[in-house]
Amino acid sequence: MKLISRRNVLKSAAAASTLPLLGKSAFAMDPVKVAFVYLGPIGDHGWTYAHEQGRQAAIAKFGDAISTTIVENVAEGPDSERVIRRLAEEGNDLIFTCSFGYMNPTLKVAKRFKDVKFEHATGYKRAPNMSTYNARFHEGRAICGTIAGHMSKSGTAGYIASFPIPEVVMGINAFTLAAQKVNPDFKTNVLWVNSWYDPPKEADAATALIDQGADIITQHTDSPAALRVCEERDLLAFGQSWDMTSFAPKAHLTAIMDIWGPYYIDRIQKVMDKKWESADTWWGFKEGIVALAPYNERIPADVVAEAEAIREGIIDGSYDVFTGPIKDQSGTVRLAEGRLTDGDLLSMDWYVEGVQS
Amino acid sequence: MNDTIIISIIMTVIGASTPILLAALGELIVEKSGVLNLGIEGMMLIGAVVGFAVTLTTGFHLLGIVVAMLASTLSAMLFAYLTLTLTANQVATGLALTIFGIGISSLMGEPYVGKTIEIFSSWFPASLAEHPQLRVIFGYSPLVYLSLILTISVSYFLKKTRAGLILRAVGESDLSAHSIGYSVIGVRYAAVAFGGAMAGLAGCYFSLVLTPLWSEELTAGRGWIALALVVFAAWKPSRLLFGAYLFGAIMTLELHAKAAGFSFIAPELLAAMPYLATIVVLALISLRKSSGLAAPACLAKPFKPST
Repeated sequence: MKLISRRNVLKSAAAASTLPLLGKSAFAMDPVKVAFVYLGPIGDHGWTYAHEQGRQAAIAKFGDAISTTIVENVAEGPDSERVIRRLAEEGNDLIFTCSFGYMNPTLKVAKRFKDVKFEHATGYKRAPNMSTYNARFHEGRAICGTIAGHMSKSGTAGYIASFPIPEVVMGINAFTLAAQKVNPDFKTNVLWVNSWYDPPKEADAATALIDQGADIITQHTDSPAALRVCEERDLLAFGQSWDMTSFAPKAHLTAIMDIWGPYYIDRIQKVMDKKWESADTWWGFKEGIVALAPYNERIPADVVAEAEAIREGIIDGSYDVFTGPIKDQSGTVRLAEGRLTDGDLLSMDWYVEGVQS
Repeated sequence: MNDTIIISIIMTVIGASTPILLAALGELIVEKSGVLNLGIEGMMLIGAVVGFAVTLTTGFHLLGIVVAMLASTLSAMLFAYLTLTLTANQVATGLALTIFGIGISSLMGEPYVGKTIEIFSSWFPASLAEHPQLRVIFGYSPLVYLSLILTISVSYFLKKTRAGLILRAVGESDLSAHSIGYSVIGVRYAAVAFGGAMAGLAGCYFSLVLTPLWSEELTAGRGWIALALVVFAAWKPSRLLFGAYLFGAIMTLELHAKAAGFSFIAPELLAAMPYLATIVVLALISLRKSSGLAAPACLAKPFKPST
């Protein structure tokens, strides 16, 4: 009979604790460990939900070859550093940090953990082991703007915005410019709510914008609350990040959908093939990262045809919403002719004529 | 600015104020009995999801509200059992209740994301409720009128009734109340139950009236504002009503001012205003101990009779 003494127990515990270390080098077929840091709850049915769909697509593709971890509801800023650091310490190979506000914390952790690969969504700071990725949401905004230009009777849209970062500013401008191509007097009234997710506040913001004359609402925040307000008041709205038709079957015209799956699959595959390199990826309609939810049947057929033509134009490069001449809010010509470069877009801090903010 | 916009602003302010008023009324009674329940946010979320789910399944708003109040009360009873019977730390247990509420409401709400229900709107005839001017009086959800009735009732209960006196006695001096034969624990159980029911009602306001939908963490921190409001109101129902509308106005006027093109104060500062106001009131309370602004003497103290 084997005696269970304290010493034996300690010995086996020590042996067991080396197992994970051994495992790492001994078995080449270890699953790639991938972690995701999410801004909101998965159930927001918006931004975070879309990232989660991307993760599910990766799981469906790779199965047991990857193991994934998620952390939901991570506040942007310094607090997120603790979470990202912990994920790096836990031996993840690839960490996706899925919001703009994680930029500096991700960079800080990336400098400490050279062997871990980081992917930061929507930011602009990179490192040898830190990539950035984003989607050309403004391409989708241009479609929404075109539809809004046709469908709005008052010629004023309400835009519920989160934070004045380039990505949001660029969306506001793309939407407004596209609408003005249809209706030159089109105005966009922007309301900042200083939050990505606050359903009661988003609903109140929609009410405030409607009271000021907007009859169509679009948003760069993540909850469907504003859509519900529009549904109640029999007005129009666009969904955000995912198809939100079920919340507002009458009001929901279409939505910009974020399809992250192809990108996540591509990057995980590169880690598996040991071909991963730091990169800056900015995909759009063409690569299938940005898509549109089904058009509402109340949109007239010719408007749908026009929207689809623009979408095809964006894919083949013949259409760019940021084509000159473009004037800013003060009426100064910012771009006489030609197109804005990606660099111009990514540092955009001015509004086009017709934006009220 | 024309009168339609002013009326609409008034209605939005009242809409934003009502849930914090409801939740704060419940917490006021809880704190008056000497218990500090930090779980408002969690109880509100439980109420919101249960109210939504029951209304969606049965089609009856009132049934949804009643079941939601029961569910929130049940979660409050869990808190009461831990803190009153087992004398666990109230602050820690309350925080745990909030975290529990966030988690379980997300879990229970999973099948209901993306579903919609009819808004729980005014019972007055459409000629009044949708009248361009009169809607400022008749155009609200029944819960708004209920919140006003409850404010008056709570005020009357605390000031004029014998039961209210006992509740206050338990909160001010638990040992004295115990020594003359009142059941301190029993009174506190009842108070916590009332607080839970009110938080459930407040949660329903979000999921049945304000948004009306269910999505995770729908209340987005309003429970903490309700908690601050009780302190701001110095535990007085009449000031609670004033404070709730003030906080609601601060939260929504910002939006209306900006939508109309005014920008006179940094929005971040406006968003911090309810908390700043509470800090100022707390400072005033500590300066003037005798003026009746003080907290119930036994607040958050566990009661262990030596029998």
